[in-house]
Amino acid sequence: MNERRTALACLIPLLLIGAVFFYGFLLWTGWLSLTRSNLLPSNDFVGLKQYERLLLDPRWQAALWNLLRFSFAFVLLPLAIGLGLALLLDQRLRGEGLLRWVWLHPMALSMVVTGSAWRWLMDPEQGIAEGVRSLGWTGFRWDWLAQEEMAVYALVVAAVWQISGFVMALFLAGLRGIDESMLQAARLDGAAGWKLLRRVILPQLGPSLFSALLVLLPAAIKTFDLVVVLTEGGPGQASELPAFYMFQMAFERSRLGLGAASSMVLVMMVLSIALPYAIVRSRRRVTA
Amino acid sequence: MKRLTLYLLAIAAAVVVALPLLLMLMNSLKSGGEIQHGSFLALPREPGFAAWRQAWAQLSGSFGISLMLAVPTVLLSAGLAALNGFVLCKYRFRGERWVGLLLVLAFFLPIKVYLLPLAITMARLGLDRSLGLLIAIHVIYSLPLALFFRNHFLAFPDELLQAARLDGAGFWRLLWRVVLPLSRPIFVVVLILQFTTIWNEYLFGLVFGPEDARPITAALAQLSAQTETGARAYPLEMAAALLAAAPTLIVYLLAGRHFTRGLVAGAVKG
Repeated sequence: MNERRTALACLIPLLLIGAVFFYGFLLWTGWLSLTRSNLLPSNDFVGLKQYERLLLDPRWQAALWNLLRFSFAFVLLPLAIGLGLALLLDQRLRGEGLLRWVWLHPMALSMVVTGSAWRWLMDPEQGIAEGVRSLGWTGFRWDWLAQEEMAVYALVVAAVWQISGFVMALFLAGLRGIDESMLQAARLDGAAGWKLLRRVILPQLGPSLFSALLVLLPAAIKTFDLVVVLTEGGPGQASELPAFYMFQMAFERSRLGLGAASSMVLVMMVLSIALPYAIVRSRRRVTA
Repeated sequence: MKRLTLYLLAIAAAVVVALPLLLMLMNSLKSGGEIQHGSFLALPREPGFAAWRQAWAQLSGSFGISLMLAVPTVLLSAGLAALNGFVLCKYRFRGERWVGLLLVLAFFLPIKVYLLPLAITMARLGLDRSLGLLIAIHVIYSLPLALFFRNHFLAFPDELLQAARLDGAGFWRLLWRVVLPLSRPIFVVVLILQFTTIWNEYLFGLVFGPEDARPITAALAQLSAQTETGARAYPLEMAAALLAAAPTLIVYLLAGRHFTRGLVAGAVKG
């Protein structure tokens, strides 16, 4: 069994690197979050003090509230738009390849590019707002980037533009996977239009919906680049999200312990979504 | 009539989605003065490439850095992923379920959580920011890519492997002669996906990239941040953004189908 030994030896770097750089560093961040670390890392154990500071920090509370508002729209809008576009494309339209290409192209762009594009498009003075005014609606205003309550939704606009095509692709894959004979049978039973959609098609899209959520929710929690480029967390601190707060604390304000505590909270949020999925998956793999 | 409505809807959606890049392109051809005074929707009166030349002058260095970063990173990480994915899929060992579980979780964990330990380690070891370091960090944190190959190899017929073994093939010959030649489709998907990821990555590049030679995302973000709202040099910024977007857009133009398939597969199985 020389072959097997060589094969398993190849995994050693993966296992070592995984142990050190993934899980070792995760534990290290966890340890930092329990210490007095500020400007410099320290090993003074302070228990959950940093978490207490974190939870009592109004700026963190605001970031969590913003994440809730952001996620709600960032999940529901792409689901609705993506499903609509997928159903549309599934009507055997001509030029499907071209349509799909156009709808999906924002996915090839970085959040930095997306952010700079939309910072200009949503500029109250020069962007779309000016375009609409120049068409004759002289009183038109669109200044979400300048409004404290609306800045989070400016992030939503750019992020939804970027990701909806992808959700469409997931739903389309699901639609194309539906057994044609089942649709035929339902049609023979007199199901058509809305009824066919609700009773037969939508229940089949469960796996696509699940995949979409598994992409959208962690993506919402990790949103960082877009905040940096589009709003810089502003106006003031009105559009800060937790990942942005974490970076600010750890790297700009040199409060390592607090930054570490906030990144552990991010980890727990992501794990609460990914862990059940990963466990189910690893079970299935063994029986397969 | 119903068909017509469907087509109109589809085209309207396509126009809305395409408008941002089209408007960027149009306005990047205007002069700075024209964008200040003329309308956002007006066609450029004297289209010119002044903004593009300026953007290239400011970003060409970073563009090169991003290429030098992305190409080796993508090749190394895809090669490692194929090797690891093959072994994880076709060889049984104790604790393989745990390894699989931890790998899937690593796929989801936010990379921000590794930033502090990485920065502290670098400082203690006295390592400077450099392109080589950035490549190494990216290759390390791309290890979960192995999952793509592992899932792909589940469908790989064991009979082929057995036949080659009977011919006396060892591990490396199995991999080179039997497995890799039959894995071209998944390689294309992973290469495209990984190129897009690395080219578009911002945070690691910002923190660990050399300060005088930043990857293009970091350079673009900096250029964006320098100009204040109101008095902003939009033609320059739009040209710069399009320049930063060009490589991944071109890849998407040439291989869009694989790109979509990779994304969907990654989401469904990853």
